[in-house]
Amino acid sequence: MRTIRFLLQKEFRQIFRNRSILAMVIVMPIMQLLILPLAANYEVKNINIAVIDNDHSSYSQKLITKITSSGYFKLTGYCFSFKQAYRLIETDTADLILEIPHDFERNLIRENEQKLFVAVNAINGTKANLGSVYLLNIIQDFNAEIRLQFIQPVRFNPQPVIDITSSNWYNPMLDYHVFMVPGILAVLVTMVGGFLTALNIVKEKEVGTIEQINVTPIKKYHFILGKLIPFWILGNVVFTLGLLVAWLVYGIVPVGSLFLLYGFIAVYLLAVSGFGLLISTFCESQQQAMFVMFFFIMIFILMGGLFTSIDSMPEWAKTVTKFNLVSYLIEIMRMIILKGSSFKNIVPQLGVIAVFALVFNGWAIFNYKKTS
Amino acid sequence: MEAVNVKNLVKIYGKDKTAVDDISFSVNQGEIFGLIGPDGAGKTSIFRVLTTLLLPDGGSATVDGFDVVKDYKQIRSRVGYMPGKFSLYQDLSVEENLNFFATIFNTTIAENYHLIKDIYVQLEPFKNRRAGQLSGGMKQKLALCCALIHKPVVLFLDEPTTGVDPVSRKEFWEILQQLKEQNITIVVSTPYMDEANRCDRIAMIQSGQLLSVDTPANIIKSYPEQLYAIKANNMHALLKILHEYNQVKSSYAFGEFAHISFKEPKFNPDQAVTYLETKGLQDIELIKTEVTIEDCFIKLL
Repeated sequence: MRTIRFLLQKEFRQIFRNRSILAMVIVMPIMQLLILPLAANYEVKNINIAVIDNDHSSYSQKLITKITSSGYFKLTGYCFSFKQAYRLIETDTADLILEIPHDFERNLIRENEQKLFVAVNAINGTKANLGSVYLLNIIQDFNAEIRLQFIQPVRFNPQPVIDITSSNWYNPMLDYHVFMVPGILAVLVTMVGGFLTALNIVKEKEVGTIEQINVTPIKKYHFILGKLIPFWILGNVVFTLGLLVAWLVYGIVPVGSLFLLYGFIAVYLLAVSGFGLLISTFCESQQQAMFVMFFFIMIFILMGGLFTSIDSMPEWAKTVTKFNLVSYLIEIMRMIILKGSSFKNIVPQLGVIAVFALVFNGWAIFNYKKTS
Repeated sequence: MEAVNVKNLVKIYGKDKTAVDDISFSVNQGEIFGLIGPDGAGKTSIFRVLTTLLLPDGGSATVDGFDVVKDYKQIRSRVGYMPGKFSLYQDLSVEENLNFFATIFNTTIAENYHLIKDIYVQLEPFKNRRAGQLSGGMKQKLALCCALIHKPVVLFLDEPTTGVDPVSRKEFWEILQQLKEQNITIVVSTPYMDEANRCDRIAMIQSGQLLSVDTPANIIKSYPEQLYAIKANNMHALLKILHEYNQVKSSYAFGEFAHISFKEPKFNPDQAVTYLETKGLQDIELIKTEVTIEDCFIKLL
């Protein structure tokens, strides 16, 4: 016990003397939580649209006004031929082309039918997809409006129509901040817990201090615990700071129990620090450790369900995410913070993370050899 | 009982890089034992095996009666090790480093202060300074303090004076003498031949092989020929001519002189001077000289 106390004392002294670590721990979560949720936004605004109006009628004018006034589209071209409009797509000034045919108004009134042509630049997949969906919605709406003008509403709809009204639970306004912030916080906690522990032991190897430690009668698990606990505490500090930012800036208050949230984070930090420790036992230099950690963190983040939904991944990828620590944390954070899940709901994930914590730390202690 | 006993020790790195090749020696209790040899001779590998940091590939070794493989735990609390590279915490102060290592060994600075007192008084003015900001000599002294703080039975010092100025080196060896009087066995390695004389016994090592183990005096005494130092106006030509001279047994540059020995013990060195003059060399100076450890080392190669 005395040994561990002194190891911790030494470790904290070193941490507090290392300005860059302190800055990382305090500034990083605040900055990233302020900037990233604003930037990482799925809502597509400012879709550039080019219109080829071959009709020049009051109806075509009405349609264009309706599109531009929706707030999602920006009219960047009003062209006379498809060729001209296509050039706008090539030069990237337009994302969408809407072509209104000749006699749009006449055919619409006389024959009750008309066709529109929409071309989409699909280089930016998300933007193209959402843009065309928005556009179709607007056109449908427009369609309904003119229908009302021409056809006297009869008591019963001549065609049966299913009208869909949806409501978004747990995030009624579909506010992206609400689910990005917990996700980003999850990534931050992982970075601090994993990177700092991995780099710390490797630094001792690089500087040679581990040599001096290895000839002492210090126990392996003493040494590992002495490294684990400080960064476990720092991880909790980062998490607390993150929760404060989420509350003060985005007004996100966990719906579920704070106690439960910290309980899960406690186990999670053990797992992720254990992972960092394990990597450090394999690496000889900070450079190596850094790159190996980056490799895993990149996969963890991209396959963690922060940016793309895990449910839409192929089967093999879903299997991979079963071993992705971050995906569990992102899921649990969203569950507890947004949905207010209780202990019973998170037991499976908690169990998995606890097993990871045991495996990683046990493996790290086993793999850390005082004799080579 | 011997403090250190090494028997047929072998250490091979990778597949065929033999760092230590069948070395055996023993160190008596309370002596200063020197491992002398150039860089890459295998000194550090031997140290790392003896301090239980490296597993040997063959042979065996004991420290204070404990086997380095089986009883590594006992050894770790009994030896002090000072690696060649400064390996204390640079971001902790002098006092914090010392305190930390004392605690790890379950002791306190006060308990063994008598051992480090003479060294620590020199460090005391800087005790709040970070270890990384100390001068080279001071760093060595601090490292020695940290290696001594738990009152080790055997002290392993791997090239403690490499990169240290001559005055600090001299001081350092005086400190080792004092420690010897406290009955601490010291095993020290050095690439400097002139430091060999300060050891009670030395082992000369080259490319992982043991050349000789004896007291420095005995090693010097066993040098069979009379040694001469020779100097001329053109040293380069001199060395070349000596090399081809059939009376010369060995010749090599040694500082501003060249050291030579002759094949015939009765050979009159004046003959050599005459011979060299006929070869066109001037200002020839030839004197008898004392054999040094370095001469013995070169001879053994």
